[in-house]
Amino acid sequence: MSRPAPAGATGGVGARVRGLWPYLLIAPTVLGAVALLGYPLVRNLLISVQEYGMGELIRGDAGFAGLANYREVLADPEFWEVVRRTLWWTLLNVVLIMVLGTLVALMLQRLGRAMRLLVTSGLVLAWASPVIATTTVFQWLFASRLGVVNWFLTRLGFASFEGFSWTADGTAAFVVLVLLVVWQSVPFVAITLYAALLTVPAELHESARLDGAGGWRIFRSVTLPILRPVFGLILCLEIIWVFRCFAQIWAITGGGPHDATTTLPVYAYRIAQSLHRYDLGAVVSTLTVLLLLAVLIPYLRQLLRQEAEE
Amino acid sequence: MKDATAPAGDRPARAPRGPRRPPRPASRRPPSRLPLNTGALIVFVLAAFPVYWMILTAFKPTPEIQAETPVFWPTSLTLEHFATAARADGFAQFWRNSLLVTLTCVVLALVVALGAAFAVARLRWKGRRGFVLMVFVAQVAPWEALLIPMYVIARDTDMLDRLPTLTLIYFMITLPFTVVTLRSFLTGIPVELEEAARVDGCTRSQAFRRVTLPLLAPGLLATSLFGFITAWNEFAFANMLIIKNQDDRTLPVWLSSFSNVFGTDWGATMAASTLFALPVLLLFLVLQHRVAAGMAGGAVKG
Repeated sequence: MSRPAPAGATGGVGARVRGLWPYLLIAPTVLGAVALLGYPLVRNLLISVQEYGMGELIRGDAGFAGLANYREVLADPEFWEVVRRTLWWTLLNVVLIMVLGTLVALMLQRLGRAMRLLVTSGLVLAWASPVIATTTVFQWLFASRLGVVNWFLTRLGFASFEGFSWTADGTAAFVVLVLLVVWQSVPFVAITLYAALLTVPAELHESARLDGAGGWRIFRSVTLPILRPVFGLILCLEIIWVFRCFAQIWAITGGGPHDATTTLPVYAYRIAQSLHRYDLGAVVSTLTVLLLLAVLIPYLRQLLRQEAEE
Repeated sequence: MKDATAPAGDRPARAPRGPRRPPRPASRRPPSRLPLNTGALIVFVLAAFPVYWMILTAFKPTPEIQAETPVFWPTSLTLEHFATAARADGFAQFWRNSLLVTLTCVVLALVVALGAAFAVARLRWKGRRGFVLMVFVAQVAPWEALLIPMYVIARDTDMLDRLPTLTLIYFMITLPFTVVTLRSFLTGIPVELEEAARVDGCTRSQAFRRVTLPLLAPGLLATSLFGFITAWNEFAFANMLIIKNQDDRTLPVWLSSFSNVFGTDWGATMAASTLFALPVLLLFLVLQHRVAAGMAGGAVKG
């Protein structure tokens, strides 16, 4: 990281062509966004209105199909089943993540120095570990034979968990994935919210206490309003993150058993890769983007509002 | 982040210096501490146990791994599983691939983002708001929805099965975040410092290089750390775009199919996971203080 050439600051001639400098500086970023983000999005839209299968992929002669692909996907009951499952998956995970994250942040605030350091290190450890590594670890924890979780549950008296295969049962596989995603996400929420809590002036707490407010009342009327903008941003990020989640599901269950863990991204991937119906996969992707927009718009509005305040 | 916390009122004598929290009345402390600390311990164990279990399993002798009652504290350690993992077909190659793609993408993103962040933080120009909005939108781009068009585009342009394709995509995935973070770090460095240097005879570029860039170092480190994690972890595109040429696979894809490689040899699997997590955890350990300071600096902006 010594000294990356500051492309923009070579300013000997800068004085003369100053009006152009900002645009030269952002040009690579804009170019990258257009070529690597804008174009694929447009191409996705295009594929979704073409007839695009294995043959078209090889020959490169896809014909226009109008909205036929959209009609095909929307008429498929399986698609609606997947949408329902994706929404339920997102809701369950996000609620758990936000509630647990907030509780841990509030707890961190009240801990003594040593305990806080201990818990923060644990959280950072969980947060920093690569997703695929921890996904693999969870497969080991929940392994049917020799898995710690089965051993623990059996010890607790649930004998039916002896040798229980978590990935063979739809609900059980879903539970494992929820636990994994929650475990991976809570540290980020807790640490970010805790950092935001530190910015709440102590005087506010004090005066609220002097006015006779109780703990819950202080939380609701003092802490919460200050946390709200940060909370909103994290909430949107988590919704997006959970909704888009692919690697964990694909690695642990591949969407099974019997599609019990197939969410929209997994569904789109499967249609494209195993059925070679790239057109239908593109339709599902487009619909996914449209669904996500509902979350993205409030998120961007909040960001822009903060931007304007500066 | 830790540095920013003042002692939690245990020492009232220090309160006047940094009164972040009201000192608790001493009489209320003992009853409220025990459940709180128990809760804290539970959170710590839940957060740390999977990582601990990964590392422990990687070092445990096979008989202990296969014991009916799990061994939570090993009696002897072995490097045998690491040897198995390192000997596995192509492991070293995939490790190198991952490192190459990740480092290239991080450096590329830093250089490009530094320019953009400078333009946004330091210069006034028409279209600035629009550009910032574009970056924000790009930051939350639904990448998983772009797998199919990326596959088709890569196939059309003969870029399938090639590491540079992955590098470019990872560059774009990390770029928006890098711009946003670097900008907030730059905003935190008073522009007056640069101006003072220019009054003293520095050119604009000298002022930036000698004054701002050293102050920006923690920001660059923090940002590159998160870029590194993102690229090192990426699975979906690597899984979709590297198909035929198995030599060009990256670690996440390889690790996700561990059962094909190791079967139910959990010791070797966990050793491979540990080796995969190692660079990130090491970076975190080394950079932790700078990152914490940097993040605090970034958070206080404005």
